[in-house]
Amino acid sequence: MNSRIGYVAFNTFREAVRDRVLYNLVAFAVLLSGAAILVGEISIDIERLVVVNLGLTAVSLFGVVIAIFMGIGLVSKEIEKRTLYTVLSRPVRRWEFVVGKFFGLTGTLVVNTFCMAIGVFLALLYVAHKFERADLWVLVALYFIVLQFLIVCALALFFSSFSTPLMSAIFTFALFVIGSLAEDLRGFARITQGVTGALATAIAYLVPNFSAFNIINQAAHGDAVPGRLILYNTVYALLYSAMAISGAVLIFQRRNLK
Amino acid sequence: MAAIEILDLEKSYLVGFWRKRPKQALRPLRLTIEEGEVFGFLGPNGAGKTTTLKLLMGLVTPTAGTARILGMDIDDPRVKAQTGFLPEQPYFYDYLTAQELLTYYAQLSGVPAKERSRRVAEMLERVGLTDSARTQLRKFSKGMLQRVGLAQAILHDPKLVFLDEPMSGLDPMGRREVREMIQQMRNEGKTVFFSTHILSDAEALCDRVAIIHQGELRGVGAVAHLTSQTQGKVEIIFCAQSVPAALKNLGVEARVSGDMVNAVVEEEKQDAALEILQREHLRLISLTPVRSSLEEYYIQKLRPRENGKGAGA
Repeated sequence: MNSRIGYVAFNTFREAVRDRVLYNLVAFAVLLSGAAILVGEISIDIERLVVVNLGLTAVSLFGVVIAIFMGIGLVSKEIEKRTLYTVLSRPVRRWEFVVGKFFGLTGTLVVNTFCMAIGVFLALLYVAHKFERADLWVLVALYFIVLQFLIVCALALFFSSFSTPLMSAIFTFALFVIGSLAEDLRGFARITQGVTGALATAIAYLVPNFSAFNIINQAAHGDAVPGRLILYNTVYALLYSAMAISGAVLIFQRRNLK
Repeated sequence: MAAIEILDLEKSYLVGFWRKRPKQALRPLRLTIEEGEVFGFLGPNGAGKTTTLKLLMGLVTPTAGTARILGMDIDDPRVKAQTGFLPEQPYFYDYLTAQELLTYYAQLSGVPAKERSRRVAEMLERVGLTDSARTQLRKFSKGMLQRVGLAQAILHDPKLVFLDEPMSGLDPMGRREVREMIQQMRNEGKTVFFSTHILSDAEALCDRVAIIHQGELRGVGAVAHLTSQTQGKVEIIFCAQSVPAALKNLGVEARVSGDMVNAVVEEEKQDAALEILQREHLRLISLTPVRSSLEEYYIQKLRPRENGKGAGA
């Protein structure tokens, strides 16, 4: 990695840590340990299912909220506070700054998810008393959640490169919700004709297909995840994020810092 | 070689919500600043000083024209390794300590890893912040932030330093410190281009100044030349408790303060005035030609077109 991108990324990570973003882990730990204890008391034979479902859903939601709220401020906050002036007056290209910011935020989310993953596995150990081979699919589900974060961060960054933080948050969250229903939207597009059909097809394939990343239920039931899906999702997330980041760079490149 | 060559640089913004119309922030500007000069860019608030600096730093794109910095095109990435910039009322990452901030900027500026900590320590010492090196910037006063700003601008030992209103908002002590730092930069052979509307600072520091108003260059001149021009008048200071009537008849402008009189008289009436003092047995303290001040030059450069505009309106 270009060293300047690395420095910007590290500073973004340091900012997140000092802004106490990782404090969400405390809330997550309380939620998960409470749930594990409660589930151990009241459920029969479905402890694993409940803990995996609840744990992974919480990992996803906590991460998406952080990705949106940090992502929308990555560039706009620097412009608003004018901290960007002293960075861009150095031999740092604008694209390096944007990419560095993106890596800094995704790095924060990876660390956050890693800590949460430890929590999920500890809760699993508490309720099941041992690890099983099926727990491997929980790891794959966590990997898919991280891939989702890449796309959400890239989208937040893209929207924040030309609109206000509030509008960026609304756009990104709306795309996250629509993208989570992408499979349903594609099904609807298949059964619709004419202009509506064409429009539905366009939207269904344009929005990020977050539903393909959601294998929480499968992982909870211990069902195997095909290798093809892992490859497909990896390539899809990387390409979609790269496109959104390229869009952000193109817009930011022309932007006047008034 | 010229440090900065501004070649008809121009900037206009689109303003208005529904019907966008262009507003010219900077009219075509042509200016050359030589290496080693301390150059003052003067003008009232909103004159176009910051816009010019942002254009030169690549923070905004010009509508037309270009500039060359240290012989390179304005958008050449190598330029930024040799220039430093202090924005107006700088704001830094306040979650960092002064030491962390300077280290971060040293990394971005390409200061080699083995030199970084030495350079950062040197800069902190130079701006008198060694004791606050490990304090987060959110706890810094305005004056301390300005000093951090100056440190980050010269951290990588640039040849050319751009300072946007470096003295604004500082107390007299802070202003003096900044002035001393600019003097030090001059002694090191750096070119300094700074914008200000505080004329006394410009007069004390600059080799040359340019005056800009309403986005238009109104005048450029060497400070020494501007302030050495006489106005065709002399100032006579002599001991007296009142102004002699004969002197009043010469048409002098006189002011009495205690036992001294300060009189300004036209050069051609100087001999006549001295004769009167001799005749009245008044002791002459000093006689000096009245020189132009930068302030007079500044006011003169701003005034005519404002009047013209007013007349046309």
